[in-house]
Amino acid sequence: MLGVGIIKGLAETGRNFIGSYFDRDRLVTVEYPEQRVPLRENFRQFPFLVHDGQDAAIGLRCVACQICEKECPPQCIYIEKSKDKKPDHLGKPQFFPAVFNIDISVCMSCQICVEVCPFDAIKMDQDFELSTADRFGGLLLGKTQLARPNTHFQRIHPREAAEIDTRRADERQKAEAKAKADAEAKAKAAAAAAAGTAAATTTAAVDAAKPVGARPAPTTVPGPASARALPGAGAGTVPAAPSEPGGQV
Amino acid sequence: MLTLDADGKQGGGGGVDRRFEVLPAGVESNGEGGSLLEISMGPQHPSTHGVFRMDVVLDGETVVRLKPVFGYLHRNHEKIAENASYLAAMPYTDRLDYFCSLTNNWAYALAVEKLAGLQVPERAEFLRVITAELTRLQNHVCLAGFLMQDMGASGTPLMYGFREREKILDLFESLTGARMMCNYMRFGGCRTDAPPGWLEEARGVVDRFPRFLDEFENLLSGNEIMMARTQGVGVLTRELAVSASVTGPVLRACGVDYDLRKVDGYGIYPRFHFRVPLGDHGDTYDRYMIRILEMRESLAILRQALDQIPEGPVIDPKAKLRGFRPKPGEAYGRIEAPKGELGFYLISDGTANPYRYRVRPPSLINLTVLEDLCLGHNVADTVTILGSIDIVLGEVDR
Amino acid sequence: MAANVDQIFVHLMQMMVDRVPDAVAPWVRAAVGVGAVLGLFGLLFGLTTVCERKGIARMQNRLGPNRVGPFGFLQFAADGIKSLTKEDVVPRSADRVVHYLAPLALLTPVVLTFLVLPFGRNMVLMHVDTGLLFFFAAGASTELAVFMAGWSSRNKYSLLGAMRAIAQMISYELPFILSTVGVVMIAGTLSTVGIVESQAARPGEWLARWNLFTPWGLAAFLLFLIAAFAEANRSPFDLPEGESEIVAGYFIEYSGFKFALFFMAEYLGMFASSGMAVTLFLGGWTAPVAALDWIPSWLWFFGKLLALIALFIWVRGTTPRLRMDQLMDFAWKFMLPLALLILPVVAVWHYLGGGWRGWLFCTPVLAAAYVLLGRALVGRRRIQRRVYRYAGEGVAS
Repeated sequence: MLGVGIIKGLAETGRNFIGSYFDRDRLVTVEYPEQRVPLRENFRQFPFLVHDGQDAAIGLRCVACQICEKECPPQCIYIEKSKDKKPDHLGKPQFFPAVFNIDISVCMSCQICVEVCPFDAIKMDQDFELSTADRFGGLLLGKTQLARPNTHFQRIHPREAAEIDTRRADERQKAEAKAKADAEAKAKAAAAAAAGTAAATTTAAVDAAKPVGARPAPTTVPGPASARALPGAGAGTVPAAPSEPGGQV
Repeated sequence: MLTLDADGKQGGGGGVDRRFEVLPAGVESNGEGGSLLEISMGPQHPSTHGVFRMDVVLDGETVVRLKPVFGYLHRNHEKIAENASYLAAMPYTDRLDYFCSLTNNWAYALAVEKLAGLQVPERAEFLRVITAELTRLQNHVCLAGFLMQDMGASGTPLMYGFREREKILDLFESLTGARMMCNYMRFGGCRTDAPPGWLEEARGVVDRFPRFLDEFENLLSGNEIMMARTQGVGVLTRELAVSASVTGPVLRACGVDYDLRKVDGYGIYPRFHFRVPLGDHGDTYDRYMIRILEMRESLAILRQALDQIPEGPVIDPKAKLRGFRPKPGEAYGRIEAPKGELGFYLISDGTANPYRYRVRPPSLINLTVLEDLCLGHNVADTVTILGSIDIVLGEVDR
Repeated sequence: MAANVDQIFVHLMQMMVDRVPDAVAPWVRAAVGVGAVLGLFGLLFGLTTVCERKGIARMQNRLGPNRVGPFGFLQFAADGIKSLTKEDVVPRSADRVVHYLAPLALLTPVVLTFLVLPFGRNMVLMHVDTGLLFFFAAGASTELAVFMAGWSSRNKYSLLGAMRAIAQMISYELPFILSTVGVVMIAGTLSTVGIVESQAARPGEWLARWNLFTPWGLAAFLLFLIAAFAEANRSPFDLPEGESEIVAGYFIEYSGFKFALFFMAEYLGMFASSGMAVTLFLGGWTAPVAALDWIPSWLWFFGKLLALIALFIWVRGTTPRLRMDQLMDFAWKFMLPLALLILPVVAVWHYLGGGWRGWLFCTPVLAAAYVLLGRALVGRRRIQRRVYRYAGEGVAS
């Protein structure tokens, strides 16, 4: 009969009208600035650079390998490699980005930079309230704006961060073990070699390669180069006793 | 009928009504003493679903001619993909049909997997089916809502559709990290495994969905105004549909049994039991109802997939993310996207980027029959017919 | 006490008029009355827009406006200020004079219709014997304004909208007026006050004699209401402005406060039609049962009015829009025959003197006519729910 369908429809909207006052399932809206929906762990917005420790200048994981720059589909990353090197968390000397820019007005949040990064250095941030009145400069983020401590990463992506932290700790342990083994081998070699003449140079090398901050397992590198690579790192250097057996010779 | 002389001007013959001559230059006569009205609907029009234009010539309110004009949203997708690595094209496929990024991902991944001969692990296949069917659900609820919006239903059905879509988008967000631009599939599997609790959450959404469908049908499927507006409107004949290579629900509404999930049986679809609803009239109402019925079948697939999903890896260990260079050859991967057959045709010359990359967009090809559907109907019907074809301009213009 | 509250506005007016010289008294009475009605309905317009937005939002499972003022109820003030300060754009090719006059020409007759609505006992601005006639005469002249707006804008969409509006309003004018003739036949007067009084409970009766409580009254009320939806261009008859088709119809080229005036005229028209529906069928300011007579009469009137407006909003939140030819079919092939049929039915009802015999005769006639006309309207197009088949299977539901 004519009109039945419309009356059914009216009943349905009426039910939804009343339901919106009682049923959480029906009124799904939240009043945004005051109320917020908790973000999903996987949620991604724009990339950021992870650094260990508190100082971004020292702890940046990025080694300026430029893979992300190459793979980025909209080409929104710009990297300039440093001239010199600084040790990474394993103590290996690595380049670092002198300039690292991401134009987030171009970035399409695809996460490919994160996937291709072999150093876990770039990750996706969850900060989405990025509106700015400055259309060009405000959306071009530099190295200092992009750097976030690992604790931030642990907070926004706890599952992934835990996984990465364990892996990095393992790597570090392995590297330490290897360094120890190497050092022992070297000590033997040094002992076998004629003592005395080499002592001065070895001491100089150890002084220059003192461990940075909490980083263990230093490796021997040519002294002067290493000293230049870390101009700002001198303050954080722990004046530890030379740990290398070679020094005691 | 209207007679035109060699210059394209009116009249010429002695028997022409004098009244024709009063028409100002550029105004066409309707042959009965009145003039035709040419209206440019769009690109700024509330019901063209994006930046789309219909050049409509009206006699009164009846459509005499209709010319679809598109390309306003052209972003050079194919050329960009040809100049980028295989992986870098993946996030761009999200932006083709921005309602259904996951099915776009799948179609592209399927083409590349064919090209490179990659195997997809079991769990990844299940995740693909689950996400694709969820995509279909949210596409169809939005379509039904937009269709009613085009009919002037004050947005109520649209809001109900969006309410349900929101729950599905939450699922996408927690699985892939983004609500619409998911960029989830990779060659040889999926990017990440489902986070803990995700499958249960998905099951909850699937279980609550039929209640929404029932409500929606209560509200609309039996509504006299809705039926009067859609039945017998925009009839697409089986012959025209097949010869214009229309696919998807629009084709099935004409009664042609062609569903790539059955025909190709890509992925692991042959393992699931589901039916393909067919319409007999090919009008707007059939196109709407086929989608409603398809949603119920999608729910059946989802239930089976969520029950049977095995443990295991989600990506082929042989698949390389970087430096991916398939051997020379060509491949065409196609799937049943919510809007029809979505295909990616790739030619590899052995380098890191495809030599040729071509998309077969269902929206564009379904849109080609628009004029045939609209002729003789009202202006009001053109918007509902356009709505029932279900286009997304991101895919039409690419 | 109850009588005092009931007549409080009448007394206030009397006090005011008593303080001025006799020569200006009629002017003061008119100015105060018109001012009060304009202010009241202006405020009601503002609140209704907010309530409509909030109500429809709730139907759509949203919250609706909730930022300006308590619970968002001052939203209309913000909207008003916005539309006042907006640039008033007039297309270069438009007919400027007609374009300027159209919103005024639309609003004036709509406001005039409020003159004859009895808002309460002894509360009517203009007590004339031909009140109903005045109402329809004033209301019908809005069509001119709509066409003025559509034509002067020189826009193809506005022209289509104006065409639709004229066709629709003229078609629905017929059932709109015809459905009220039965009431006039029973009441024996064209005066709105007389019609309301004829529906009050007689001394000793517990139930009022609302026209709604009769079979023909119910049918005529529904017809009147549907026609009122169409006259007010409200969903599902909002074709003249059909947003998804012709963008905004006849007022597409209006911006700023002129646009707000169109909006206001639409709402005031809705109030006027609802008020007339209350007057004709829902007993005006009378209580439905004699026991509730202690509630002030104006509360009854506005309560019924608001209930009808809620219905308008509810329908708007539910239904899609009709198409032009269907709209015409509905007016000429369904509503008009039914409205015409009501006239003899009312005559028979009057002859039988109402009562159970009246019910026994009228109800089946009207119900049969409704079913048959409805079936004819729908059946010719074979509009029905369909059964769908599945590939490789027989017919399933």
